[in-house]
This record gives sequence, structure tokens and C-alpha cells, in this order.
Amino acid sequence: MTRTAGAPPIVEVRGLRAWYGPAQILFDIDLTLERGSVVALMGRNGAGKSTTFKAIMGLLGRVEGTIRFEGNDVRGRPAWHMARAGLGYVPEDRRIFTELTVMENLAVGRQPRRDDAPFWTPERVFELFPNLGRMRDRRGGEMSGGEQQMLTVARTLMGNPRAILLDEPSEGVAPVIVEQMASMILDLKREGLSVLLSEQDPGFAGAVSDRACILDRGQIRFDGTMQSLIASPDIGHAYLGL
Amino acid sequence: MTSASLLVQILTGLAGASTLFLTGAGLSLIFGVTRVVNFAHGSLFMVGAYLGWTAGEWLRALLPGSAAGFWLATLLATLGVAALGALLETLILRRIYRAPELFQLLATFAVALVLRDGCLWLWGAEDLLGPRVPGLTGALSVLGVPFPRYDAALIVIGPAVLGLMHLLLTRTHFGVLIRAATQDREMVSALGVIESRLFTSVFAIGAGLAGLAGALQLPREPANLGLDLPAISDAFVVVVIGGLGSLPGAFLAALLISLVKAGCVALGTVELGGYSFAFPRLTLVAEFIVMAIVLVVRPYGLMGRPEGALRGPAASPIRPEPETPRSRALWGLAIAALALLPWIASASPYTTVALVDVFCFALFAMSLFFIMGPGGMHSFGHAAYFGLGAYGAAIVLKATGWSMMWGLLIGPLAGFVGALIFGWFSVRLSGVYLAMLTLAFGQIVWSIIYQWDAVTGGSNGLTGLWPAGWLSTRYPGVTPNAAYYLLTLACVGSAVLVLRRVLDAPFGLAVRAGRDSPLRAESIGINVHRIQWMAFCVAGTAAGLAGVLYAFSKGSIAPDLVHVGRSIDGLVMVLLGGVESLAGPLIGAAAFTLLQDSAGRSFDYWRAATGAAMLVVVLAFPQGLAGLARSIRGRAKA
Repeated sequence: MTRTAGAPPIVEVRGLRAWYGPAQILFDIDLTLERGSVVALMGRNGAGKSTTFKAIMGLLGRVEGTIRFEGNDVRGRPAWHMARAGLGYVPEDRRIFTELTVMENLAVGRQPRRDDAPFWTPERVFELFPNLGRMRDRRGGEMSGGEQQMLTVARTLMGNPRAILLDEPSEGVAPVIVEQMASMILDLKREGLSVLLSEQDPGFAGAVSDRACILDRGQIRFDGTMQSLIASPDIGHAYLGL
Repeated sequence: MTSASLLVQILTGLAGASTLFLTGAGLSLIFGVTRVVNFAHGSLFMVGAYLGWTAGEWLRALLPGSAAGFWLATLLATLGVAALGALLETLILRRIYRAPELFQLLATFAVALVLRDGCLWLWGAEDLLGPRVPGLTGALSVLGVPFPRYDAALIVIGPAVLGLMHLLLTRTHFGVLIRAATQDREMVSALGVIESRLFTSVFAIGAGLAGLAGALQLPREPANLGLDLPAISDAFVVVVIGGLGSLPGAFLAALLISLVKAGCVALGTVELGGYSFAFPRLTLVAEFIVMAIVLVVRPYGLMGRPEGALRGPAASPIRPEPETPRSRALWGLAIAALALLPWIASASPYTTVALVDVFCFALFAMSLFFIMGPGGMHSFGHAAYFGLGAYGAAIVLKATGWSMMWGLLIGPLAGFVGALIFGWFSVRLSGVYLAMLTLAFGQIVWSIIYQWDAVTGGSNGLTGLWPAGWLSTRYPGVTPNAAYYLLTLACVGSAVLVLRRVLDAPFGLAVRAGRDSPLRAESIGINVHRIQWMAFCVAGTAAGLAGVLYAFSKGSIAPDLVHVGRSIDGLVMVLLGGVESLAGPLIGAAAFTLLQDSAGRSFDYWRAATGAAMLVVVLAFPQGLAGLARSIRGRAKA
């Protein structure tokens, strides 16, 4: 793990406010993703998890506050700039290109090699997801939900990111895929990637994350280690319905 | 008809299909990736023809008698138009990708106006006869019937370009990006692809294809200023029949249209049960009839997918400002002032003449706004109801000799019946498909009026439409048309008032609900299709009234009343005024009518001036003129 003393966190969000049209969705969000760590952003449907990711990624119209990536202010930058800077984004609804084959989907995500991040080729991605390697020429629309979920992650890895925003990877996929996703996240962490994960399933989040943040109605209600969240059941009860 | 001449008809059809496909393919490609319906695409086709002519003249001097000159000129025209496309994308479209699609339409339409006058300025108003292509002059003999060699070459070029495009899209990284962006451009950007570069290059390629089509058309048709409108309407039809974003679909559609047209010519006049019907007349509308049938059977075109539809409503929904004593007083004051105008302006008789036009188009625009703004249904053929009202009343009154006042009932009724029929089909579609189906119906009405000499007077139209005696009497102390002016003001004023009431009524709320969320509206018990159908009928009725008033103010009517240009005028009025407020269409109609009236008579390049003004409005005030007024008022308050 390369954790240089004094280096800024890879993603740092301060006082983030965001709107969908006239409706304000996020209210002064603070979030920190340290290098090489996995942070789970938890909360019910509609709490603002996906909106937070989109705001960081430059996919929302109106955003205020500070967003730093590796110490640089990146608020207002277009999404492609974020991706090229090394921030990968895996959207919640997969959004794979259904008309394109697996190989073509990966090609869309391809970016040049980066010195300070793991370099991914289709072959390396297939080591992580052997299923995908067996269906290289299959079109995205003809794959199962779980396979599509893997393809979304794989496609983002092809951009050689240093950090990934991973939106609800366990949603709507079979338990066996959820397990694969969990081990994949731990693999990525071992490679030195940082992961900001949005998750509703506390079991999944607990298994892979170092820290947890709880969002409720657009505000952060808890920010601490996974252990401290488990130690305070009233928080889970209040905001996650546990 | 012999089988040989039938074969030649089919071959001629195939040659036409090639240029049709090239134009449509560019439009489809641009729409697929950028989601912009490029109204200037026909103009790019026209510029291609002109550039091809200039480059051809130039190269003919350099390389006399060589076929290479023509093909090189075609290549230069293609590249030139591609560069123009890149420039347009960078300067204009890039700024409005996030604007509501109607503003994109308005912007590209403005570009079309500017390009048309640009061609007028650079090449003049005379038709420019294209070259004969060395080596491809003369005709082949097909079973003894002559067939132009150049057409034979065209038959090869269309499929060749389709093949090249297919290779580009499937075998190159750039092509993979285009296909990915066609499905989800935001995701492509989130994966690190520089959106703006991709869009510029796609726009350039699409424009280049239109330019190629224009340059290739040159040996068959001279370069002239009338090429743009037919080209854009053909391209739309091809893209919609084929399915938005699908190149093979566009090719199939181009083939289908061309073959149906060839078939119509080949059938000739057919006697059936005592009636004779001239099929060749159908060629004017064949493509629109094919489109209407295809859209009714396959709402997303032959090879399109539902997600190809446009996003629904404008970005911010309209919320009519509630009536306040102050606003009511303002409206009252305005109407009173207008009512007194014949006395005030008795010295300048033209004022009230011009204002009758303004009133008629204000009602026309208001009726279009009614389905477009609150209804979210973009009608591209709204002139049909205007024309049905005018022609319906004129035909009945001429046949019966009834007083013109009956026309005020018959006109709206004719508009209503038209909307009843066309609306039933149209509301089943949405977005650009709905727009194209309404365009098709508009063109069908136009071609019937244009060709049915016995009833509609054909291209000459109908003359001698006089208002009732007391309406055309000249009274002392007022402008000459004072009586008719006041009648028009009364009719238009009350119709606008009724439309406004309807929008505030539960029916109007249901119309808006159907626009904002069809699914939720259905689930609380609103029959969205029926509500939209009724809205169509209301709009058709109002447009019909506007049509009658207009017809009798002019004394004569001609088919251009129903032409697609008139429908587009209506769109421009609504968009210029802003779709987000009720005063918008009225202000837009007044601004547009007066501008056209004054600029059109004093200035050769009034189209370019209008276009430039529209571009300024779109780029600087995306809320339209009414929104601009509102924001100035808001700032004054703050």
C-alpha cells in the first residue's frame, strides 16, 4: 500500500449540495475516501447515494461545494475529465451497451496506461471475471443480470482507474454473484485501488468496507469505522431499518 | 406498360434511393449520437450541390474532359460540407445540447435560414446547371429501353457507402464509440471518451454525407435555392421509416419509398369500376403515405427501437401564472386599446390590415402551443388544420352561397374533423415520431388540396372569398377594414380566452399530467390517449377558426396555406415566444409576423436576419421572448 504521509485523500468532498431541477437532493455532504481504502455509503432508497456519485462524477447540472480528486478541485469538470483523471464510475443500473459485444463494451472503456495505477487488458479483466472471458463476442443485451453487472465493473477497470465509485453492485443479482462481487472488491483493494461503494446490504458492506457513512434524506448521519457502526445498533435501526 | 419500361422505372427508383439514403443516413447518424434533430440537414445537402458546382467549374478548367474532375469536385464538396458541419457543431449546437430539444430544433432551423440566404448571396438566385459527367453521359440500353449511365453509377454508390459506413461502425474503435454513444452518450463520457470531439466528428461525417448526396444530385438536377426543404423532408421521412439511428433501416426505407414511387408511375391511370385514378399523382405524397402506414403499424420505424424516442417534455414544465386583478386589468387594457385602434390609427390604414394577420397567426400559434406546451406533442403539420378550416369554409360557402358568418362555424368544424381523424393516429406515438406522423398528415392534406383541381382549384387556389357585406363596408373615421378587424379581434380574443380557461380546467391539468408522466397519469385513472386526442381536437378547432378568418381577410387562398413551411412558421412562432408561458405564442406570433412583413419587403436577406435573431434568442435566452420579459421583470423586482 502506498500511503505517503501528508498526501491528500484520493476523494474529498466538503459541503456538497446538489439539485435535480428545482429540487435540492444533497445538503452539505462531507465525505473522505482515503487511498487504498473501501468506504461504504449506506442508506435507504432515495437517501441520495446515487446522486452523490453523479455529483462527484460531474453528471449533474447544479452542484455546489468542494470536490477534490487527489487534492485538485474538480467540481464542474465534465465526466470524461474525471474518468481520464483516474476516477472510475460504475452506475447503479449497469448501463452496459446492449448492442455491443463484451469485447466492444470493454473497448469503449479503454484508456492509455497510467504509471500509478494497475494496467488492465481484456485478458487481465477476464482473470477477475472468468465468465466474461467465455462470452467475448456475446452482445450485452443477451447476458444475464449478473453477467452484465460484471461487465459494467470490467468496462470501468479498462480505464485503469485509481479509485472507483461503485453504485449498488449487489442490487438485483443472485447471491452467488454478490459473493463474487465482494471478493472482487477485496482483490481491487489489494491492487491498491480505492473504492467508494454505495450499498444497502449491511452484510455485504461490512464484509468489504473499512468505513461506513450513512446518508439519510440528503444528509450524512454517521461517519465512522465499520466496527463502530456495528457497535451502535440504534443508528442502523434509525437509518437503515435494521 | 412493358416489362422493360417497368424495369427501367425500378432502376430509376433505385438511383433515387441512393441519394435519398445518403441524406437520410447523415441525419440518422447525427440524431443517434447527439439526439439533435438537425433541421439544417437539407441545407447542408443544398450547400453540397452548390459547392460541387463551383468545384466542378473550377476543376473542369484545370482538367478538361476528364471524369476525375467531377469525382474530385464531389469529394471536395463532401469535405467542404463536413467542415461546415464541424463548424456549426462547435459554434452553435455544442452550446445547446442540454437545452430542451425544441430549442435545438429552433436553432438548427435558424441555421437553415442563414444557410439559404448564404447560398443566395454566394451563388445568386439563378439555377446552376450541373455538369455532364465525362464517361457517364448518354444511356445504357436495358432490354431496348434507354437508361442513363449516370443513374447506373448512382445505383452502385448507395450500397457502397452503406458498406463503408458499416465497416466504419463495426471495425474501428471510433465506430464502436459511435454505436455506444448512440445508446448512452452520458455513460460513454463517464468512461473517459471526450464527448465534444466525438460529437464534432459525428456531425462532420453526417454533414459530409449530406454534402455528398447534394453533389451527386448535381448531374440530375441543377443547384437551386429550393433544394433544402424537399431534402430535409425526404431525409426525415427516410430516417423515421427506417427507425432513428439505424443505417440499414434508412437504406431499406429509401428503397421502399423509391420503389413505391416507381410503382405509382408504372401503374399509370387505372380504371376501376367506372372511376379512373391517376397513380402518378400519388408520387407527391407516396413517401408520406408509406410513412403514415409504417408508423401506425411499427411506431418506431422498420428497424428502430423504442429508446430512440426523444425525451418528452420541455425541461421546466409550464405553470400558468394565476390570474390576478392586475393581470386581468392588463389584458383588459390591451384588448380595449386594440379595439379602439381603428379610430386611433385611421390615418394609417395598413396598421389594422397587418394586425388581422397577426391575430390569425396568434390564434394559430396559440392552438399549436396548446398541444405542444401543456400537451408535450410537437406537431409538424399544424398548418393542415389551418388550411382545412380555410378550404372547408371556402368550398362550402362557394357551393351554397351562404353568408360568410356560417364560415365561422364550418371552418372550426373542418379543423375539428381533421384533428379527430389525424389525432387518433398521432397520439399513439410520441416525440419525434409523433412530429413526423403529423408532418405526414400535413403533407397528405397539402397534396390533396394541391391536386384536386375540381374542388380546391389546385395550385391556383380559390378566389373571390368576400366577407359579409357589413364587414367589408368602409365606415367613415376608421381604417378601411375596421369591421373585419374588430370581428377578428373578437373571435381570436374569445378563442384565446377559452383555450386559457380550458388549460386551467381539470381537463387542462389532465393534459399536463399526461405530458409529465404518462404512466402515473394512467395509474390515477386518466385515459392519456383519449385526453391527448381531445386536446388535438381542441387545437384543430381553434386552428380551423384562424384559417377561416385568414382566408376571408385575404379574399383568396392557395395551397401554400397548408404547406409544410406554414407549419414550421407556426413552430417558430411558438418557440420564439417560449413554450413555457401562455403569452409566449401570442408574442411570438406578433414578433414573427411583423418581422416577416416588414423585413420581407425591404431586405433581400430577411431569412438570414430572422435566422440570426432566432439564434441569438436560443443561445442567449433559452426561455423565449416571454421568458426574457419575465426575467427582466423578476430582476426589476429584486
